[in-house]
Amino acid sequence: MNTPDDNIMVEVKNLKMYFPIVRGLLRHKVADVKAIDDISFYIKKHETLGLVGESGCGKTTTGRCILRLYQPTSGSIIFEGKDISTEGEGKLKPLRANMGAIFQDPYGSLNPRQTAGSIVGDPLKVHNMATGTELEDRVAELLRLVGLHPAMRNRVPHEFSGGQRQRIGVARALACRPSLVICDEPISALDVSIQAQIINLLEELQEKMGLTYLFIAHDLSVVQHISDRVAVMYLGRIVEITTSEELYENPLHPYTKALLSAIPIPDPKLEKTRTRIVLKGEVPSPVNPPIGCHFHPRCNLATDECSQTRPPLRDVGGGHQVACLRV
Amino acid sequence: MAVVLDVENLKTYFHTEYGLVKAADGVGFHVDQGEIIGLVGESGCGKTVSILSVMQLIQSPGEIVEGKVMFEGKDILDYEANGLEMRAIRGSKMTMIFQEPMTSLNPVLTICRQMTEILELHLNMDRHSARERSIELLRMVGVPDAAGRIDDYPHQFSGGMRQRVMIAMAISCNPMIIFADEPTTAVDVTTQAQLLELMKDLVTRLNTSLVIVTHNLGVVARYAQRIYVMYAGRIVEYGPAEDIFENPRHPYTIGLLNSVPRLGEKRGARKLIPIYGLPPNLINMPPTCAFLPRCTYKTEKCESEPWPDLRSVGDNRYVSCYVDIQEKE
Repeated sequence: MNTPDDNIMVEVKNLKMYFPIVRGLLRHKVADVKAIDDISFYIKKHETLGLVGESGCGKTTTGRCILRLYQPTSGSIIFEGKDISTEGEGKLKPLRANMGAIFQDPYGSLNPRQTAGSIVGDPLKVHNMATGTELEDRVAELLRLVGLHPAMRNRVPHEFSGGQRQRIGVARALACRPSLVICDEPISALDVSIQAQIINLLEELQEKMGLTYLFIAHDLSVVQHISDRVAVMYLGRIVEITTSEELYENPLHPYTKALLSAIPIPDPKLEKTRTRIVLKGEVPSPVNPPIGCHFHPRCNLATDECSQTRPPLRDVGGGHQVACLRV
Repeated sequence: MAVVLDVENLKTYFHTEYGLVKAADGVGFHVDQGEIIGLVGESGCGKTVSILSVMQLIQSPGEIVEGKVMFEGKDILDYEANGLEMRAIRGSKMTMIFQEPMTSLNPVLTICRQMTEILELHLNMDRHSARERSIELLRMVGVPDAAGRIDDYPHQFSGGMRQRVMIAMAISCNPMIIFADEPTTAVDVTTQAQLLELMKDLVTRLNTSLVIVTHNLGVVARYAQRIYVMYAGRIVEYGPAEDIFENPRHPYTIGLLNSVPRLGEKRGARKLIPIYGLPPNLINMPPTCAFLPRCTYKTEKCESEPWPDLRSVGDNRYVSCYVDIQEKE
């Protein structure tokens, strides 16, 4: 990576996050769930990095490690030039004002007893950024920013539709004027006709406020639409990172190819011409992942070497990185 | 081709304490032998209610108010919902694959018991041959080590494998028609691809018809020959899949296609055009077109006239709209 440092919003280096499985009265550790197994990537300022993968591949854990909702097992997270991976709680508070989070479930992520105005205003109070009429004004401004009428501030979440609720979630995430927003599956709980409203809103806000997004989703067509670059994860590891165009036009990793071919495109004529790679088997357990390349038991290119050596993520030119021995 | 199922003017209403919900309000569709059709719409538009009504699985406060469901030359709505005739059809000639395999399989019975029950009941097999047949069916749907796994419980299977078991159960009596209600919404994309390919292979091999109910336009584009688009309890447009995707004629279909991102589009090449507003509340609906408040093509006529009936626009295409939306510009 030879990009100058001041252009990078956040850089993750050799990040590992293991969750221990404990057993018995003495709660001794019997194994680890290797949710993230040594990943490295960076997000440039004002860019959107998409993170895709199937459920259980570690994409949400990655987002939560960057937010430091988890204490990573090892590795470093450099946010705006500073390693935050081992910072204590006290030092994290000002940092968190700089990071926003939008969650998947607009029903579960808003307190049902709080009004919309107080949900959006809370981060400002916590970080002592506004009080009194200033707070009121700022809340009204935020609600307007996400396309809600400020008069709706006294309503509680159940009085809003799913799409409106997600708008409240977006307003809350942006309350402290963060530079980085982690969007964790922000549209997958919404209806098809509403999804586009939220995608467009996120795009407009990025342009207006110069935001940086980490956009986590399982739907590659959505991720590709919104992201500048896309990282594909499989079983705790990143298998490929490149620009979203390159990913579609020239996917290199066998898993990326299979993932792309598995996604149906709403165009029957195009569908007839596409070749489909149907993967055999299922994703193995992250407790006991395969040795070597995690993907080798399902890969049609796998050799003996693949079952022995972990493929490093290497640059194949133009910032296109892939972790495969056979490419 | 022979028509297997012909549904006409099906109306299923729910009497709730807030008012009458017209969940399916005059739904009609037909399925030919060996055909795959797609029933598309957003949540709450009445797709599931329609197929549950066909199978007479509607429970109080729901009620099938009107309609005809012609199957093998008879109107099966004449049968008692729990009568012998209906029970002989349901689960054998007409089967269903549900969305969430964890909730549709019984967690306290082994897979063997749940599969052999169908075979014993409908095909009068004895326990031993039913077990043999079940193992064979599990092999057909690609469950590895079928003989060893048949005595397992549903929780011992992964989501994708459970859905394979559901598929095996659905094909066990050589059905005429299979309804798949969001069969792959609960599973990951690569598993979704595996399951859909499997279902397509099986229906081709068994010459069965398949109705895929989904909100995913991509899935129907890939597999369905004909598509029915539903909105607020009615079919608003139907026709051959290719034509509908190439040249949608109903404002809702156009809106849906414009609002989903497509794989392979360059970033910024096309801005998504969302459908503004919200899907309507089905309680006490106005008599005018339900899509009217969100429609960008509306005319004065739409405001005053009742919801238009489906009319033919040529080439087996039908659309319920007063406005003539011609070829895509």
